[in-house]
Amino acid sequence: MAAPKKSVTKEAGQEKGNGSPPEFTREQELRALRDMLLIRRFEEKAGQLYGMGAIGGFCHLYIGQEAVVVGMQMTLKKGDQVITGYRDHGHMLACGMDPKGVMAELTGRRGGYSKGKGGSMHMFSVAEHFYGGHGIVGAQVSLGTGLAFANRYRENDFVSLAYFGDGAANQGQVYESFNMAELWKLPVVYIIENNRYAMGTSVTRSSAQTDFSKRGLSFNIPGQQVDGMDVRAVKAAGDEAVAWCRAGKGPYILEMQTYRYRGHSMSDPAKYRTREEVEKVRHDQDPIEQVRNRLLAGGVSEQDLKSIDGEVRDIINGAADFAQHDPEPDPSELYTDVYR
Amino acid sequence: MPIQVLMPALSPTMEKGNLAKWLKKEGELIKSGDVIAEIETDKATMEVEATDEGTLGKILIPEGTADVAVNTPIATILADGESASDLAKAASPAKQEKAAESAPPAAAKTEAPAPKAEEKTPAAPKAVSEPEPEVPAGTEMMTQTIREALRDAMAEEMRRDPDVFLIGEEVAEYQGAYKVSQGLLQEFGARRVIDTPITEHGFAGIGIGAAMAGLKPVVEFMTFNFAMQAMDQLINSAAKTLYMSGGQMGCSIVFRGPNGAAARVAAQHSQDYSSWYSHIPGLKVVAPFSAADYKGLLKAAIRDPNPVIFLENEVLYGHSGEVPKLDDYIVPIGKARVARKGQHVTIISWSNGMTYSLKAADELAKEGIEAEVVDLRTLRPMDTETIVASIQKTGRAVTVEEGWQQSGVGAEIAARIMEHAFDYLDAPVARVSGKDVPMPYAANLEKMALPSVAEVVEAAKAVCYR
Ligand SMILES: Cc1ncc(C[n+]2csc(CCOP(=O)(O)OP(=O)(O)O)c2C)c(N)n1
Ligand SMILES: [Mg+2]
Repeated sequence: MAAPKKSVTKEAGQEKGNGSPPEFTREQELRALRDMLLIRRFEEKAGQLYGMGAIGGFCHLYIGQEAVVVGMQMTLKKGDQVITGYRDHGHMLACGMDPKGVMAELTGRRGGYSKGKGGSMHMFSVAEHFYGGHGIVGAQVSLGTGLAFANRYRENDFVSLAYFGDGAANQGQVYESFNMAELWKLPVVYIIENNRYAMGTSVTRSSAQTDFSKRGLSFNIPGQQVDGMDVRAVKAAGDEAVAWCRAGKGPYILEMQTYRYRGHSMSDPAKYRTREEVEKVRHDQDPIEQVRNRLLAGGVSEQDLKSIDGEVRDIINGAADFAQHDPEPDPSELYTDVYR
Repeated sequence: MPIQVLMPALSPTMEKGNLAKWLKKEGELIKSGDVIAEIETDKATMEVEATDEGTLGKILIPEGTADVAVNTPIATILADGESASDLAKAASPAKQEKAAESAPPAAAKTEAPAPKAEEKTPAAPKAVSEPEPEVPAGTEMMTQTIREALRDAMAEEMRRDPDVFLIGEEVAEYQGAYKVSQGLLQEFGARRVIDTPITEHGFAGIGIGAAMAGLKPVVEFMTFNFAMQAMDQLINSAAKTLYMSGGQMGCSIVFRGPNGAAARVAAQHSQDYSSWYSHIPGLKVVAPFSAADYKGLLKAAIRDPNPVIFLENEVLYGHSGEVPKLDDYIVPIGKARVARKGQHVTIISWSNGMTYSLKAADELAKEGIEAEVVDLRTLRPMDTETIVASIQKTGRAVTVEEGWQQSGVGAEIAARIMEHAFDYLDAPVARVSGKDVPMPYAANLEKMALPSVAEVVEAAKAVCYR
């Protein structure tokens, strides 16, 4: 018998309209601020290093979307797994991976998480339960479902978070995974980071159903649309979804409505949207500014916030410094790690 | 100290760009995130955002300057309190130090009745290739990039045949992820230049279905790495249907896009699929090198009644070459080209492998070894005749490919030489290839993983016993 279902899609849209999400404690606000700042400053630095030629290939920045991973990470316990695509720097930092190791992977040095062999799009940390870092659009969705399969198989109560984009949401294997996940009640939260564009293609030009929370409807998977620019809303929806999965009720879909400020990758001229559109989101909805303003209104001093900013900048400068001075991999590494 | 703004690298393969326009004047205030200049790469015009705050001190490279190398200082920014007199001490950001690079250490019984004599398996028919059309003497040539040659080939075929259309990711409004389809949407409209969602398996199948119904799709894969999503349709549907239907129903369709390594995009985005497709009966596989061949072979591929896999190379897109100015310049599929004549050793390659091969031939000439360089251009059907004719002359062969050795195209060429020119060989065939590892990201390892001019030179000398 199927477990009783919360038929969420429709009501969730309305839920969202009804007032703001539950307040954060001051500790939560401060943690969210620090974690989001860490990602923002890291990405700004990565952009700079790319321009200098220290980072090569593709480099996809997460600036603007920070509230999504930071809010979701607040719902997890140690042992829950995370997997995503190539826009992965933010996810790794949120999982607690060392900015030095991430930045050194971007510059292709031996101290990087993949010893310099993977680069920006392919990084992993078994210790932090971060399973990548995948370059092929949509592949992580089946893989993330497989992580959940392993949890179910071992009868533990860990949950897998599979992040993917609005563009990836059109790949066939996503729906093959949805079907099996619900059929076998696998504990996976599908997090669709709807940043409105897949490269230069807007959601409305690629998707027949643009309400991504409904994408699991025909498989009976519940879904919610979430304001992905408000870290509290992310956390609240994430709590529900993770609890649903942990209770053995099967998968859950969260559509995070968010926005990327930068081009798709460093080589995207971004002619498919106006500067005004970007400026408006930045000005009205910036996830970091929202928290900062609430903290200031709540009596935290400008000075305190400055010192958080300073601490984060030091970490990032240290990471950039390490990543530029760490040596390249030893040539003997060319033939290692093909088999074990 | 004033900060230097450097010419940024804006794509994996960019080495230089044009400084199109300054959007800020000397003395103007700049905030981090402000657009300060526009830079043209060969793909697009990009905006450069300031990452530092201050006043634009001095513009070092005026607008309109072409071919500015990446990392050249283009302007200085003065921090609060600094003035023009501080400009002299502008600091350049730390130079990338290069780590030392060195080569790495391197018989069952069956119940089935025996076939009767008259049922002997017949010999496979020889592929007959059309003779290369002579470009009439005095034909005017024009210099074009390979990117432009491809675009012109598609545009000409679309003008000629209303059943030809282009479908793929970002081909229309974005003008192509690598700007190959620039202008096609404007000329042919959204009915014939079609953006798809990111659904390779689905749109490849839709293309094949449309071709079964008689249309002539050109399906662009953003890169061939993503065509693996569609592999089943390419092999099981496109390649085999004609045979399975006893010749009733096939599909005239082209699958095209960049194949092979670009630069620093790592294992999942840098793979040479030449040997994969070359394995499959029912497919034709084309992988040109020169601009003229890109144009003439793509036109031939679009007209071909069979499924054609057209392997391009991102690194070559910006390269220019001479293309005959003819109304209808077609290069036949299945015909190799001797790109350089020589009598001591034959180097056989295709696509970007030709870059290493031709440079190696120059090097070898300096040492008195005249290499004949054969550009296969088509991998299936393979032009064995041209290869054999060259071996009969030189007695020695080196194959060059970016792909891996095992079951690679070089292995196939070596086998054919053994079968058809064994008696002419003075040395075993040598293979230069990508190393037997997934493509690493780190700059030093990536360089080692790819074939090099030095390796081709070394292999050529080895087969010449020099
Ligand atoms: C199978 C496959 N097809 C195409 C690509 C090229 N590509 C990389 S990212 C991307 C857009 C993906 O957009 P979306 O899923 O919305 O994620 P976002 O980049 O917005 O985070 C495309 C087309 C790829 N990497 N893999
Ligand atoms: Mg997107």
